[in-house]
Amino acid sequence: MIAYKSQVRAAVSKAGTIAVTLLGLLTLTFIIGRVMPNDPVRAIVGEEATREVYENVYRQLGLDRPMWEQFYKYLHDVVTLDLGNSVRTGQPVLEDIIHVMPATIELALFAIIISATLGVTLGMVAAVNKDRWPDHLIRVFSLMGHSMPIFWTGMIALIVFYAKLGWVGGSGRMSQFYIGLEPNATGFLLLDSAMAGEWDIFRSALQHIILPASLLGYSSAAFITRMTRSFMLDQINQEYITTARVKGLSQCQTIWFHAFINIRVQLITIVALAFGTLLEGSILIETVFAWPGFGSYLVGNLMIGDMNSLMTCVLIVGLIFTVLNLLSDILYRVFDPRTR
Amino acid sequence: MTDLNMTPGVKPAAQKSKAAKAQWLVSTQNLVLFLLKNPTSAYGLFVLALLIILAFIGPLLATHDPYIQDLQNALQAPSTAHYFGTDELGRDIYSRLLYGTRISLTIIGIVSVIVGPIGLAIGTVAGYLGGRVDTVLMRITDIFLSFPSLILSLAFVAALGPSLYNAIIAISLTAWPPIARLARAETLTFRQTDYIAAARLQGASSFRIIWRSIVPMCLPSVIIRLTLNMAVVILTAAGLGFLGLGAQPPLPEWGAMIASGRRYMIDSWWVVTFPGIAIFCVSLGFNLLGDGLRDALDPKQLNRR
Amino acid sequence: MQEMNSDTILAVENLSIRYRGTPTDAVRNVTFNLGRERLGIVGESGSGKSTVGRALLKLLPTADIKADRMQFRDIDLLNTPEKEMLKVRGRRISMILQDPKFSLNPIQKCGPQVAEAYSNHIRCSKKEAKQRTLTMLESVQIRDPERVYGLYPHEVSGGMGQRIMIAMMLLTDPDVVIADEPTSALDVTVRLQVLDILDALVRDKGIGLIMISHDLNLVRNFCDRVLIMYAGQVVEALNANEMHKAQHPYTRGLLAAQPHIGGPRQPLPVLERRPEWLEDVKVV
Repeated sequence: MIAYKSQVRAAVSKAGTIAVTLLGLLTLTFIIGRVMPNDPVRAIVGEEATREVYENVYRQLGLDRPMWEQFYKYLHDVVTLDLGNSVRTGQPVLEDIIHVMPATIELALFAIIISATLGVTLGMVAAVNKDRWPDHLIRVFSLMGHSMPIFWTGMIALIVFYAKLGWVGGSGRMSQFYIGLEPNATGFLLLDSAMAGEWDIFRSALQHIILPASLLGYSSAAFITRMTRSFMLDQINQEYITTARVKGLSQCQTIWFHAFINIRVQLITIVALAFGTLLEGSILIETVFAWPGFGSYLVGNLMIGDMNSLMTCVLIVGLIFTVLNLLSDILYRVFDPRTR
Repeated sequence: MTDLNMTPGVKPAAQKSKAAKAQWLVSTQNLVLFLLKNPTSAYGLFVLALLIILAFIGPLLATHDPYIQDLQNALQAPSTAHYFGTDELGRDIYSRLLYGTRISLTIIGIVSVIVGPIGLAIGTVAGYLGGRVDTVLMRITDIFLSFPSLILSLAFVAALGPSLYNAIIAISLTAWPPIARLARAETLTFRQTDYIAAARLQGASSFRIIWRSIVPMCLPSVIIRLTLNMAVVILTAAGLGFLGLGAQPPLPEWGAMIASGRRYMIDSWWVVTFPGIAIFCVSLGFNLLGDGLRDALDPKQLNRR
Repeated sequence: MQEMNSDTILAVENLSIRYRGTPTDAVRNVTFNLGRERLGIVGESGSGKSTVGRALLKLLPTADIKADRMQFRDIDLLNTPEKEMLKVRGRRISMILQDPKFSLNPIQKCGPQVAEAYSNHIRCSKKEAKQRTLTMLESVQIRDPERVYGLYPHEVSGGMGQRIMIAMMLLTDPDVVIADEPTSALDVTVRLQVLDILDALVRDKGIGLIMISHDLNLVRNFCDRVLIMYAGQVVEALNANEMHKAQHPYTRGLLAAQPHIGGPRQPLPVLERRPEWLEDVKVV
């Protein structure tokens, strides 16, 4: 009963923290969007607009109102999900984002699977072989992934694997040939085409996703590798590992059934955090691969200086990050018997 | 009587900061030796040294003017005349890369100069004063941390307008939170020590205590943490340059060079390859150096070696 | 050199162990035989007593083990490959570790951890392994084995944890049990209880026990024979009831440094250590 109460209290204080963080996120995007020296009117009316048109729009946007009133209106808009239209597409920004998000999530999920598999495997091997050559090799290999300018690696990989070798598809989510023919139920192309039985499209989509997802996965694997290695080293030196060995378990069984099982929870939280950094990398990789996702959308808005849509994008990313942080926290509490 | 009792209080604080300085020198020396022993971190040190040297003497090694266009010689493959070939405007890529080291060093330098003091100030003040000040400052830090750094700097540059210096400011605005966190954690460990208490008893102001007694103690770890962040800074700067938000043409910034060479990359691989390798080497250097530093400063690992 | 008679379970001759990267042997020329008896190994921290215990199970990945002989029943431990050792560990020789707080896996329930020791060696159904475990938990005087089976290690007390550890290590009816400081992490009040349980089981099943401890009194009361170790060597081997006949000055010093109820009220003598004790000794 007491434990239950303390858990409720922890949940309430966590909720308070999140509320404050969200308010902070809004304030920050408001400051960047409205207070910093830029001209949101110009993006809408263009360079050659007359003074009259300009001032009309200026008033429409409420820029003549005092700052606190603008902030209040901004908060109100966000809460009522009225985030304005994109200058580029003429659609509500939120609709645009919902439309492009599946492409990015598909890419990021594919990448995080690659990243987690690679990172956890390498981290375990490195830990077991601590300070011997596999450890050093893995360290350099994973840091190389982390050091690549991903937009550059993407271009080089496109030249090599697509233009020269022809092993994978080029830019976009699928071959030009299928555009307009793809089934659309969830927006996740691999899922949709598999469900509709369109195996040609599925294969094309797979060929197109594999390269950007691998690069993205490799670039974020360094973090997972490093953390896995250090978690494993913590476990390997524990006395209960000796107990397992005394019971007659082999080295492999000990590592797998005791050490690895014990770091599972920590790994899940790490992968959740890596997913966030991966979204960040996807902005650059989407630009290089012309991937019609969130990153391309954000950069597109950026190029024409549409601050309103841009700030909405930034806000969404902040939200996703906060949710991921919260999620990893919850996962930890749920899965670790000691925190229950 | 009060005076007599209080005067000795000055000395521990002063002595401590002097002792810390001498110790600092010795430990730096030990650190460099430790880093050189390991080939990977030695590579990191080497890259850092090379970057600084090239930034100073680069113009002496350059074979061409990095800005002079020569359309007759556009997109020439690497040869003895142009070691790394020429770009779409006939400029020598090798010379442009050399001049680019200055831009990289500028970015690193200015970011460090901005981020270090901001992070230190916020972290030490929050850690030393504690209470509500701490809560507010750390909440602000958390808010900045809840955006991925590239996206936040994108937003800042978009608001400020694209240019090299705005990109640097934007990166700095996103790079200070981890430093503040670290400085706060360090401060919390010093806060309870006797020499701080002695200074306080003597009536030293909070500002004086933070400035004279706490900041010097936090400085080494903050500097190391800054080094660790440099790989990310280099990559973010290159990314901004690539998106056209950083250094503007004709500046030979490496990310911008890749962006402008992008259209020609299928037929002229060298236009994007060499700037990319340059970014990769520098960022790998900082990563390896940072990794080595982390090992060197982790007492658990040191003992095991 | 003693011949191995039928009662001898384990015979060790001139065992030396050196950790890689260190200049000297951690254990030098240790020789002893173990029958169906309780053998104590006593020594101060760093004397190499725990290292001997782990070397018998070949659980020292960073050390080199040398010996003239390390014979366990029909198995030559010295030349047994790792794959065969897996069948020895936990099945025929097992080891009780010091502190249940660290030696039990913190995020697995106690019961399955014990059952694992059984199912790892004996082909059986899950149900049978659990049944065996529950019976064993009962025999280490755990009153409600079903409940304890489902508890996590942080939910049981130290004494209970150590009884679970004993259950785990005796479940497979091994020939030899090494107990490495089994009670030093426990409260004084539960020490005796845990020792009694261990004693009863070892007697019942006719198990050879090696008791490693720094506590001379405990070993003297609990064991049949005692080896005294100093700086990696066995300096003296005695029957527990003949401790007063000790010859070696180190042993005598240890005995003299023990307080007695009703003894003289003077400061206890300080234990002296002489450099010549570090030289090789031969104990017959």
